[in-house]
Amino acid sequence: MMKDMSRLLITLTLIAAGAGLVLSLVESVTREPIKEQRRLQMLKALSAVLPEFDNSPDTDIVSLENGADKKGNPVEVIFYRARKDGEIVGTAFNVVAPDGYSGNIAVMVGLKPDQSVNAIEILAHAETPGLGSKIEDPLFKDIFKGKSLDNADWRVKKDGGEFDQITGATISPRAIVGAVKKGLEFYRENRQKILAEGGQQ
Amino acid sequence: MSLGKEFIKGIWKENAVFKLLLGMCPVLAVTTSAENGLGMGLASTFVLVCSNIVVALLRKLIPSKVRIPAFIIIIATFVTVVQLSMEAWVYDLYQALGIFIPLIVVNCLILGRAEAFASKRPVLDAAVDGIGMGLGFTLALFILGAVREIFGAGELLGFALFGAGYQPILLMILPPGAFISLGLLLAAMNKFEARKS
Repeated sequence: MMKDMSRLLITLTLIAAGAGLVLSLVESVTREPIKEQRRLQMLKALSAVLPEFDNSPDTDIVSLENGADKKGNPVEVIFYRARKDGEIVGTAFNVVAPDGYSGNIAVMVGLKPDQSVNAIEILAHAETPGLGSKIEDPLFKDIFKGKSLDNADWRVKKDGGEFDQITGATISPRAIVGAVKKGLEFYRENRQKILAEGGQQ
Repeated sequence: MSLGKEFIKGIWKENAVFKLLLGMCPVLAVTTSAENGLGMGLASTFVLVCSNIVVALLRKLIPSKVRIPAFIIIIATFVTVVQLSMEAWVYDLYQALGIFIPLIVVNCLILGRAEAFASKRPVLDAAVDGIGMGLGFTLALFILGAVREIFGAGELLGFALFGAGYQPILLMILPPGAFISLGLLLAAMNKFEARKS
């Protein structure tokens, strides 16, 4: 009985150890490419929302605390600063719209120095294909261009604002408009800190 | 049974999707386009072939009392290998398939082949069985994905088929479209088989 038991234990342990060995090998081979892919993905989104720049905004960052999540952990917002000839020409940050039609919508917002939107980019969403997913269309994203807290009413048209909703899908645009607005307000409150020279490089 | 027959059975006579209706979760969920179907099929095939080979190699060493946990460890290892490799080298597909890559671990097709076939046969047989079953699974996912993409988006592998006037049948891309397409495909295949015999 005891012998039987130890054989089971030894076999499973050996198999698990073999699995661990294989996985650590694969992990070490893929670590660098994965890091690079994520960085490229990030840079692609940053170039889409920011004006032309000549630094690498993914390393020129300032991170600020913005409230806490449900578990009480502080939420960090990271601001990516784009420069040309050393001058800051734009700032990008991520906002999350928690009230989409299905799950969170992650949006990256790029601002010009005058606090108006340069462009937005949808990073991740799970909205209904063909309806809510039209938030990815340039037609929708371009509505945000040039809008700021001062020159626009940040609500969808159905709610009396000036942002066109998408036919058949009001919830997703409403969620995004609300989230971007909150982001702009947070930016305005912390403008000094965000644009401060040096920051955390 | 000869090796050739072991190979062919997975593609037609015992096709995992069309005949055994195994692994329905990824089949229905990721086949919104032909490309996604193909990617998921190939990822599953890789896991299936590797796990079949290892299970067949170790079949005399694994005590039958702990065979299921042993198989699951082996399968989960290869799934993680696939997941890391896809994230490193085919990032777009990795993002499109999302949570369904780790879920290959619980695809009953793979555990089913390990338990019913690989744990009782020599390595070569198990490998051939894995390739056949895997390609059959891939073919089924590709066909289902292609049908849904053609009707639901008017495209195949991203190329527009019908010109601008085509109004896509949105339902085909949505979850009900998966059930409807699979049902119609199965009905057509059964009809075809019935006529043949």
